[in-house]
Amino acid sequence: MAAVDTAVQVPEITAHSVVPEPRGWVSWVTTTDHKRIGILYLVTTFVFFILGGVEALLMRVQLGAPNNTFLDPQTYNALFTLHGTTMIFLFVVPIMAGFANYFLPLMIGARDMAFPKLNALSYWLLLMGGIVFYFSLFFSPPEAGWTSYAPLTSDAYSANGGIDAWIFLIHLTGISSLIGAVNFYATIANMRAPGMGWGRLPLFVWSVLVYAILLILALPVIAGAVTLLLTDRHFGTGFFDQSAGGDPLLWQHLFWFFGHPEVYIMILPGFGMISEILPVFARKPIFGYKAIAAATVVIAFLALLVWAHHMFATPSPTVVLVFFMISSFLIAIPTGVKIFNWVATLWRGTIEFTTALLFCVGFISVFLIGGITGVFLAVFPVDWQLTDTYYVVAHLHYVLVGGSVFAIFAGIYYWFPKMTGRLLSEGLGKWSFALMYIGFNVTFLIQHTIGLDGMPRRVYEYPDIGNLALYNQISTVGSFILAAGVGMTVINVMRSLKKGVKAGPDPWKANTLEWFTQSPPPVNNFDVIPRVRSVEPMKDVRRQVARQTESDDGHGLSPQPAAKA
Amino acid sequence: MPAALAHARSRPRRRVFALTFAAALVSLLALASGASADLLTPESGGSSNADSIDTLYKIVAAVAIVVFVGVEGVLIYSLIRFRVRKDAVPAQIRGNTKLEIGWTIGASVVLVVLAIVTFVMLGDIRNAPNSDPDGFATQKLEKVASASPYQTVPPNGKALNIRVNGQQYIWRYTYPDKDDNELNDVFNYKELVVPTKTTVTLQIAAQDVAHSWWVPQLGGKFDAVPGHLNFTWFKIPKPGVFRGQCAELCGRNHADMIATVRAVEPAQFKVWLEDKKGQIEAANTLAQKRRLEESEADAEGTEDKGAGAEAP
Repeated sequence: MAAVDTAVQVPEITAHSVVPEPRGWVSWVTTTDHKRIGILYLVTTFVFFILGGVEALLMRVQLGAPNNTFLDPQTYNALFTLHGTTMIFLFVVPIMAGFANYFLPLMIGARDMAFPKLNALSYWLLLMGGIVFYFSLFFSPPEAGWTSYAPLTSDAYSANGGIDAWIFLIHLTGISSLIGAVNFYATIANMRAPGMGWGRLPLFVWSVLVYAILLILALPVIAGAVTLLLTDRHFGTGFFDQSAGGDPLLWQHLFWFFGHPEVYIMILPGFGMISEILPVFARKPIFGYKAIAAATVVIAFLALLVWAHHMFATPSPTVVLVFFMISSFLIAIPTGVKIFNWVATLWRGTIEFTTALLFCVGFISVFLIGGITGVFLAVFPVDWQLTDTYYVVAHLHYVLVGGSVFAIFAGIYYWFPKMTGRLLSEGLGKWSFALMYIGFNVTFLIQHTIGLDGMPRRVYEYPDIGNLALYNQISTVGSFILAAGVGMTVINVMRSLKKGVKAGPDPWKANTLEWFTQSPPPVNNFDVIPRVRSVEPMKDVRRQVARQTESDDGHGLSPQPAAKA
Repeated sequence: MPAALAHARSRPRRRVFALTFAAALVSLLALASGASADLLTPESGGSSNADSIDTLYKIVAAVAIVVFVGVEGVLIYSLIRFRVRKDAVPAQIRGNTKLEIGWTIGASVVLVVLAIVTFVMLGDIRNAPNSDPDGFATQKLEKVASASPYQTVPPNGKALNIRVNGQQYIWRYTYPDKDDNELNDVFNYKELVVPTKTTVTLQIAAQDVAHSWWVPQLGGKFDAVPGHLNFTWFKIPKPGVFRGQCAELCGRNHADMIATVRAVEPAQFKVWLEDKKGQIEAANTLAQKRRLEESEADAEGTEDKGAGAEAP
């Protein structure tokens, strides 16, 4: 140091002032830390989840009795539009981005996302999208369903601003997701820990990669479609107006070209979580890592080729119907492969029934039903009876609640200790799971029958014919059990934030790098990033520690015990 | 699956938890087993295409039940058999190529079978049959010129063709006749009256927003999209009334857009049709007379016309 002022002038950094780190709420608003943004995402989307849930309960109350007058048709139509839009665009898709934000850099051993400021922008655009949309409550909320079919959404039939609020929601959340997707892709492609090749990427990261690619491919289509809708509504164009030479079916094609990949955008990260959590609690490596990763990619590819199976009842030549039936069948194969792989992962493991595992197993058992009813819907003559009925409502909730939401809850129970440093209560968690599992099945299993009996979806009332009243009452009771289960997890989270048992860095003896650092992780995530030598780096780390300390107890410590078995 | 929990733990709180679970599952199963056939299959019994869809559904269901029971069975078995125990060691298996290729091929074969079954059944569902000899006398259909590569026409080309028009929130049924003036065609709202034993082809259109024609017992849904024509058919063996409703969200009163089909004996239908025709002719004559009177009144002076327009 003393040598500096002698011969050569050496450039030096001088701080004229040190701006203190912002504290309190300002620190949250200005943050570019992927973990804080992740938490903002998770909390915001969960609030929207509760809003969407309340909307669903109001609808179930209305349908609890035939010819009910609890809600008028206008309110009812607004409610299912808000419910569907909220759950899809403001809950399931962005909460997956929330988990990915928090855990993707940790799982690949990075210190942040590739573009931290873009990451913050992505979150704030999402929030703005949600606010713009919900402000329509103060004038006239949209009433055309989350699919917003033309020409019902044209200026002539929906003159109010609700549809415009919906369009701006699609644009804002769409840009948010696109930015997020580019960010995830860049992070995965460039910032993996040394030694982490594509074959050692955690399966959750694989699923986020595919989620990002699907978003990049599908979102521009819906962005274009809603822009056409906007100009149709306000600037005199006629893209979806048959009297002006346009075509209402164009909307359906554009919408579902985005809409079906969207389904996989919502479920694939859930698949990824299941593939991470199951092996941890079965104490067994995931069965068929390559097959699961490959199935994810194949599903994404096929997801772009099945859109018109939502349109089997539109005027279509038989050859088109056949094409989309076959392509929809094809997508069942990789999906089935994943389910088989998960079951095989449990086989000959030592299964620990934690809440996270229960949600995973619940996921497999009900997602299977959603997958099977999907095959019924792919058979187009059968679909002619089932489409646009409660059967489809049941199917999509088996996929999105039994699927995505159960996976999200598994993720919450699994990762909460990493995010907060405290464990969630397992007792409350199991009650929450039990109520949600029972409530979910009571609500939605019977809806298959309601649909088969001839009740279309999106009707605010139904006549007292056959057993419709009874079935709908069962469904309504179930929805409140489901809500109670969700409520228990909310209570659990509130309580455990302060009172939960201290978790330590690796409470589950898990496999991936996020468990290498402290809970919650420091701002820079890792002081040292270990070299990755397998798909389960933490197993290697524990083995190495065991070897060095010469102790040999605990899971994953004894090297390859089953090699002889 | 959760039932496995019942055996897994023994502490009282866990037992309560497991019992609640088991009870819920049993009640669910009871509900499912107490189900009559129609609880688990689509509506049918009105027309042969609906019956064929019902059969196809049952075939898919048979395959589905095997897959469902198989997978859930293995899942539940593994949860019970492989729950954590003292001294149990998890097998460190990472995959099994033969098994994985096997179940991929297995899944593909099942789907190929389902596709073949669908193709076999498709003809009965998509293509209209001939009317019975004792059905209503119908004429040869002329193919609709505009958008009709998928119009269904019986082999002998004869059917009763009816135009169905969806509008917020009612269906209009028009029975075209030989003369070209559509205004003279018999039409009806609310109730579609058709003869039994006769192939009825529907030509479905919408005049405002999209609707969807659906009478479950008479076959599947066919969307009515503005600017497009859609087609379906049915043939009802016995007289009866069949209820359906619009299946595509079409606005606030979508739920009230009911479709009713009343099938009557061909002879009765003939009487009904002629009665309607008579009413229209009578109304036309009356309107003609009024128009004549009005034009005579107009001829008397233009001031009257202006005054008439302002009248409430």
